[in-house]
Amino acid sequence: MAEKLLMKGNEAIAEAAIRSGCRFFFGYPITPQTEISEYMAKNMPKVNGLCLQAESEVAAINMVLGASAAGARVLTSSSSPGVSLKSEGISYLVGSDLPCVIVNVQRGGPGLGGIQPAQSDYNQATKGLGHGDQHIIVLAPASVQEMATLTGEAFDLADIYRTPVMLLADGALGQMMEPVDFEEKPHREIPPKDWACTGHGGKRKPNIINSLYIEPNDLERTVVERYKRYALIEEKEVKYEEFLTDDAEIVVVAYGITARIVKTAVKAARAKGIKAGLFRPITLYPFPSKQLDAIADREHVKAFLSVEMNMGQMVNDIKVAINCKKHVSHFGRTGGVIPTPDEILENIEKVGGAN
Amino acid sequence: MVVFQKPHALTDTPFHYCPGCTHGIVHRLVAEAIDDLGVEGDTIGIAPVGCSVFAYNYFNCDMIEAPHGRAPAVATGVKRVHPSKIVFTYQGDGDLAAIGTAETVHVGARGENITIIFINNAIYGMTGGQMAPTTLLDQVTTTSPYGRKKEIQGMPVKVCEMLATLDGVAYAERVSVDSVKNVLAAKKAVKKAFEIQQKGLGLSIVEVLSTCPTNWGLSPLKAVEWLRENMMPYYPLGVYKDVTKEGEQK
Ligand SMILES: Cc1ncc(C[n+]2csc(CCOP(=O)(O)OP(=O)(O)O)c2C)c(N)n1
Ligand code: SF4
Repeated sequence: MAEKLLMKGNEAIAEAAIRSGCRFFFGYPITPQTEISEYMAKNMPKVNGLCLQAESEVAAINMVLGASAAGARVLTSSSSPGVSLKSEGISYLVGSDLPCVIVNVQRGGPGLGGIQPAQSDYNQATKGLGHGDQHIIVLAPASVQEMATLTGEAFDLADIYRTPVMLLADGALGQMMEPVDFEEKPHREIPPKDWACTGHGGKRKPNIINSLYIEPNDLERTVVERYKRYALIEEKEVKYEEFLTDDAEIVVVAYGITARIVKTAVKAARAKGIKAGLFRPITLYPFPSKQLDAIADREHVKAFLSVEMNMGQMVNDIKVAINCKKHVSHFGRTGGVIPTPDEILENIEKVGGAN
Repeated sequence: MVVFQKPHALTDTPFHYCPGCTHGIVHRLVAEAIDDLGVEGDTIGIAPVGCSVFAYNYFNCDMIEAPHGRAPAVATGVKRVHPSKIVFTYQGDGDLAAIGTAETVHVGARGENITIIFINNAIYGMTGGQMAPTTLLDQVTTTSPYGRKKEIQGMPVKVCEMLATLDGVAYAERVSVDSVKNVLAAKKAVKKAFEIQQKGLGLSIVEVLSTCPTNWGLSPLKAVEWLRENMMPYYPLGVYKDVTKEGEQK
């Protein structure tokens, strides 16, 4: 039977990770994600797991690298400034084909920025997490329930595709309390980790985990192979939600906490006779480009409005996805300011009027 | 003594090191310790970024290549997943005492049950002879072309002395591979470091004074002399910490 627990989003991630078989957590305190560390510190010992506070985010992500290379399911979490520090390690994890789950409970930036919710790390997460030709899967939950569900899926995806997976949340979702249901979902089939460094025991050749290829042709080959895996991810793992898009003339695109506020604004627009709808990407990489493009092909669709808690980062992905077939504009608040349904409605009306 | 037989814990891959470079000798000492203790199948090694980056091709155990300076953090992750395995890092002085200082100090502070093999050659070898944290005063490198000056670059870092102050460090010894006698002492130290890890006593580190004839601009023979005349006085050989002998010490 479903057991519903009232929990903060941050705690839901931690609990879901433990229930997904994660027994190793490495982190460094930073607001607004510290509840994840604290939950882990309290609950990992109860399942014979480990929660270790590292000396920095740099150390934490490299502990993740070691634990992952050793074959374990492993989690780290941080918030914007800390994620920047992790980016070196993330690039090495990608280059070494190591699975892990990384949480970014975003706050405002740049620099020390602020501690209020933001979505300003969209570009970093989807395009700039570490040097080199690379992607990592990025999942954007929009409720405490999804914080839990997507955490479980993140571990599966990481192991299946041998890649880091990021849960991109924000301070609002992290702190928000909602009922969450941890009902066991069947996990996906996970390939054996026969590549892991466990000590060969004299029974096999040494396993080597490495991201160095001194011969350009060798390096190119490994990158190209990895991009074949990305193609598979783009084909199979796209996730999104649609709300009133069937007959929509104005399609609002938003993810995470912003999508929830947009939903309210869409309903208000409908009450005023404006045919608005919401398209919510759940995977930010792979981005639901094909799905958006198909919507753009509908004759009655007039325009797209991207609503984000940043200065306009996802808006460019929408333009590329639909080949600028229809007008795409952006409305956003940043620095930790959360947009209100009213100001979103105003912008829906503006977009509607412009066409 | 069977010096020239290749230890089992080394692969057949030929070393890429320059003639007279002591990295090769230290690799052999590590492999001999692994052979002597019979732990090849239970060992996981972490290679650094530096001249010894290809160590993952040379040791016959599972190997991980870490980002520059992060080997101790990577080793922590491995050891916490497999507490009963032997985990060692092999690191140069730039890797360990510059970019990775925080990671090094904190494995000491936590008393992480791992072994660090630390190659102190007073220079950055891989990138072509730049100043290291261990570069001596007045030593000329490509980034200290007028010699290292105390007023500008500060004093060279003494790693064993620094780590010995941490309660989590069980064993810290500085050795050299400049003579047969010292190589034998180094061999004992490496083996002891692994044994201390097996006993779960805390961090064990062996600092090895090494040569980089290529970037020192010296012949292999002259390099050994330079090591004796310049490095040994500033970096005295000896045991800086040994919890198995506490009480007897000092
Ligand atoms: C983040 C990062 N910074 C710089 C470098 C370039 N780099 C490679 S090896 C090295 C120094 C190596 O010196 P050391 O650790 O003393 O080892 P050695 O080569 O002397 O054995 C540097 C600076 C790098 N690979 N990564
Ligand atoms: S550059 Fe120096 S440290 Fe590197 S292999 Fe050559 S002699 Fe050895």
